[in-house]
Amino acid sequence: MTDLLFWLFAALLVISALGVVLCRSLYRAVYCLASALIVTALFYLLLTTPLLAAVQILLYTGGVLTLVVFVIVMTAQTDDNRRWRKPVWAALLAIAVFIVLASHVGDLGVSPATGGLESGKDTGIELFRTYIVPFELLSVLLLAAIFGALVIARKEEGS
Amino acid sequence: MMLQKLLLLSFLVFSIGLFGVLSRRHIVALLLSLELMFNSINLAIISVAWAHGWLAGVVVVLFGIAITVAEVAVGLSLFLLAERIRKTTQTDDLSMLKG
Repeated sequence: MTDLLFWLFAALLVISALGVVLCRSLYRAVYCLASALIVTALFYLLLTTPLLAAVQILLYTGGVLTLVVFVIVMTAQTDDNRRWRKPVWAALLAIAVFIVLASHVGDLGVSPATGGLESGKDTGIELFRTYIVPFELLSVLLLAAIFGALVIARKEEGS
Repeated sequence: MMLQKLLLLSFLVFSIGLFGVLSRRHIVALLLSLELMFNSINLAIISVAWAHGWLAGVVVVLFGIAITVAEVAVGLSLFLLAERIRKTTQTDDLSMLKG
């Protein structure tokens, strides 16, 4: 059953990923990316981390993609007329990177038959005990990003 | 076996995203491909964490998602600025730093 689900989700993920890269219309690319992110959330569910799946859908798919769609609405040109830059070389490099990465898959150790993650409660305890300092630093980073985005994107006075 | 398959899948998606980053001309399309690469890395981290039962992997991915949100906000506002000042949406036209 899990095997069947894996292959189904894997096919969906690869098709959506190809859609992001190959679609000429930016709107279609964004919807393909949304599909890829949701399928990744399904993978997180399969890997026994429902917390991450919820964060993925709420924050990533809900937040980031809404932002991207708003920006696309604001831009004049939403289609890629001239489509790719040097697609053959880019594809060759991408395939080479994949081969190099795939040849090191065995280095990460043999996985047990069934893994598992104690999710939810333990993740929260870990987050707020061991990783409390990075957590607080992250809130500073988010604040800086909000200010940065506002300052960069604001209209100049009188223009 | 599951770990190997998951890792291969995430590397495949990573390579597809790399192709997009290298070859798309629209700046927003480039950002979308970057998101795809980032997403596949998250999947790889969670796969390894799942196989070995490391809870730290979940925390790392949570932090990573938050950082990505910040990165996308700044990247999109930079794109809006580039569009307003240089009147272009194409990466090829932003070559001021080219020697």
